[in-house]
Amino acid sequence: MNQSARIDPAAAIPAVSAPAAAPLTAPAGLPVAAAPLARPSIARHARHVIAENPVTGIAFALFLAIAACAVLGPAIAPYDPLASDTAAALQAPSTRHWFGTDQLGRDILSRVMAATRLDLGIAVFSVALVFVLGGLSGVAAGFFAGWTDRIVGRIADTIMAFPLFVLAMGIVAALGNTVTNIVIATAIINFPLYARVARAEANVRREAGFVLAARLAGNGEARILLAHILPNVMPIMAVQMSLTMGYAILNAAGLSFIGLGVRPPTPEWGIMVAEGAGFIVSGEWWIALFPGAALMLAVFCFNLLGDGLRDILDPQRRT
Amino acid sequence: MIRQIGKRLATAIPSLIGVVIVTFLLTRVLPGDTAAYFAGPAATPQAIAEIRKTLGLDRPLPEQFVRYVADLARGDFGNSLTTGQPVITEITTRLPASAELTLAGLIVSMLVAVPLGVLAAVRQGSLVDHACRIVATAGVSLPVFFTGLLLVYAFYFLLGWAPAPLGRLDIFYSPPPQVTGFFLIDSLIARDFEVFRAALAQLALPALTLAIFSLAPVARMTRASMLAVLASDFVRTARASGLAPRAVIVTYAFRNAMLPVVTTLGMVFSFLLGANVLVEKVFAWPGIGSYAIEALIASDYAPVQGFVLTMAVLYVLLNLSIDLAYGVIDPRVRIEA
Repeated sequence: MNQSARIDPAAAIPAVSAPAAAPLTAPAGLPVAAAPLARPSIARHARHVIAENPVTGIAFALFLAIAACAVLGPAIAPYDPLASDTAAALQAPSTRHWFGTDQLGRDILSRVMAATRLDLGIAVFSVALVFVLGGLSGVAAGFFAGWTDRIVGRIADTIMAFPLFVLAMGIVAALGNTVTNIVIATAIINFPLYARVARAEANVRREAGFVLAARLAGNGEARILLAHILPNVMPIMAVQMSLTMGYAILNAAGLSFIGLGVRPPTPEWGIMVAEGAGFIVSGEWWIALFPGAALMLAVFCFNLLGDGLRDILDPQRRT
Repeated sequence: MIRQIGKRLATAIPSLIGVVIVTFLLTRVLPGDTAAYFAGPAATPQAIAEIRKTLGLDRPLPEQFVRYVADLARGDFGNSLTTGQPVITEITTRLPASAELTLAGLIVSMLVAVPLGVLAAVRQGSLVDHACRIVATAGVSLPVFFTGLLLVYAFYFLLGWAPAPLGRLDIFYSPPPQVTGFFLIDSLIARDFEVFRAALAQLALPALTLAIFSLAPVARMTRASMLAVLASDFVRTARASGLAPRAVIVTYAFRNAMLPVVTTLGMVFSFLLGANVLVEKVFAWPGIGSYAIEALIASDYAPVQGFVLTMAVLYVLLNLSIDLAYGVIDPRVRIEA
């Protein structure tokens, strides 16, 4: 009975979430017939949601600004983010240095802008990785049930048995202290979330009419899974992605704050806050404040976008 | 009731086994030479080979695992490279500091979040409701280490109300004689109110930082479950029977609304134990989190492994006790057993 309600958003997802999750939502086998009917109502619904909750619009504008910084950051930054100038060290914000300078005289505004690419990159890659791993194994678990389900469930339970940030620390410590391993660790700790959502969504569609029809038409199980079930699970997964982006950014920044992953001269928000932490007690607030505020804004933006996207795609789950 | 507890205890065992296997795998199977890790960066190949032999790393994997479990059972977590001390003693001496901080954070957070959530639900759409929503959204977006630094700047540097963020107790004071390991409780037992005040002053900011961080999920959950309960039939009936609004909310709705909140505590603890590490770093808190960070920086693996294992076991036990508490609060769970 839930089927038709769930398929509607599926049809509209390329139109709505393309900016947020463009490379990953390429649902080839969508139920095309539903699209022309559903699209106008979804567009109207999206307009309605944004009109009712202008915060989503603001979050989207903020997202564009952050994305622009990630793409153009080093190019439009006023100074070289790595160039030190000891004569101008520890200067408070001024018209010359809007965000002030750090203990080596590096311009903090430039460093905050340049850091966007790395921070966002870590989050995007880890979310993409867990989307593929967690999404596929969750869908397989929900569709095939039996042993596949038990194994995936056991893996997810084992990960959930750890406090997640602590597990991430252990993984990075074991794999080696690199940015790649931060991406992997962040993906692993998010795995249960994705696997569970994908499993639940695939499970309710196991015996759906379109699956039975596909099977009757002679499709193999793997083909049904990839071409028929997976595209229908995409909308919920897209919401999940944008909801966990913020968490991924926070997690990666937390790891680099305690000295894992990113090495010092590299501009990255977490490590910049860590560098500024020592100066807080002597009153030089700007070194830690601006990268911390950038981090907060980015996380805030993705959380709001996630909520907004959920409101648009899945009105039943609105909070 | 006893059978129920036994059943629940049995379900915690697979989690514990999983935790032990994962911590074992983290050192042995993943890329990177464990012996080289334990030998440190400056070791010669001979030294590494020797360490491999003493650690039993030249043995087959299942045998290593059995040895690992046997060591754990004897409370042997290995030795730290940098200090040479057994990891287990270091962790047990530091654990009370972390526990005191985490519990203080949780208590403050519950004291604020639960009334906030209840008020937001009772007066839906009011100022309190909006405040609750802002707190819930801002709380999950604030990096915990950043909140901590902001509080230090405001309350230590600007206002001068808080002491310097340097550990559990100002160096002027000597710690109270150890009974529980919690400075607040120990100083009260020793009737040393001066030390109590000093310990409380040191604890205030880090606990507040943790509280702000964990406020959001609790407040959000309280509000949502309170709203659901207030809309239910039995509350309508209670109201229709002419019960005072206060009685309806406190005795009928609140008790039922607390059930999902208790369940979310498990997730809150997952966040808290992780955030604890970051807060300990910001406030130079001598807990197991800062121990793990020091070891991580020095590539000293045994303490990190011990830390991850301790945290995971604690977390499994916390979840277990939450489930058992759930049975006490909700009679239906008891009857089903």
